[in-house]
Amino acid sequence: MSGDPGAATTVRRSQAPVIAAVAAGGGFGALARYELTAAWPAAPGHFPWATFVINVAGCFLIGVLMVLVTEVRVTHRLVRPFLGVGVLGGFTTFSTYAVEVHGLLKPGSVGVAFAYLGGTLLAAMLAVVSGVALTRRLARR
Amino acid sequence: MTAVLVVAGAMVGAPLRYLADRAVRSRYYGAFPWGTLLVNVAGCLVLGGLTGAGTALPAPLVTLLGTGFCGALTTYSTFSFETLRLVEEKAYAYAVVNVVVSVAAGLGGAYGGYAVAQALTA
Repeated sequence: MSGDPGAATTVRRSQAPVIAAVAAGGGFGALARYELTAAWPAAPGHFPWATFVINVAGCFLIGVLMVLVTEVRVTHRLVRPFLGVGVLGGFTTFSTYAVEVHGLLKPGSVGVAFAYLGGTLLAAMLAVVSGVALTRRLARR
Repeated sequence: MTAVLVVAGAMVGAPLRYLADRAVRSRYYGAFPWGTLLVNVAGCLVLGGLTGAGTALPAPLVTLLGTGFCGALTTYSTFSFETLRLVEEKAYAYAVVNVVVSVAAGLGGAYGGYAVAQALTA
């Protein structure tokens, strides 16, 4: 294996479909995030509900997906890159969350900033735990 | 048109997150999710900068790089799932550190990017 000059090329080439799946999924996820945020804009100084719901829903769904692809059944090798890394990774966002908290940390909305900061963290962790637990329970039937 | 820019930015940001995570994993074999932390903080820094620049940048560029690229480069779902994995593996200290450092460094990145962009465009 180590003496095979084609080995590295083969490995690299086999990554191309995975990268394409991640890119396509990321495009879908980001588009869904954009449409939801545009339909449900947060007024300055107010709780950014769209990003909150997007991130919490994405965390629930990654829990469901990861149990399905790693514990319940053998899926096509592109399912996890497309849905997990791509769609859900592109749908959820950490940068918008941080910048929104930053924007809210102003006189008059500091309370909202901390509620959003902590509320997202708490709800996201509860969501991923629920997604994993619920899928494991349903799969065991 | 705006939707096209979002998708175009995301189609670069999402694979870059994947490749960055792979590059980190090929060099570091520990349990701590450095790859996700790295892309999340980098994305917060860039989006903070775009926000700080305000109207100095054309709106389509902000949509492409901010909503599309940074939005897809960073992730909350992988962050929460990797934190849960650390808890399931009983690496409680790592789980707490991951949450605290991600939030603190992400906010720090957003602040830093914003401040630098404000200074440059003022």
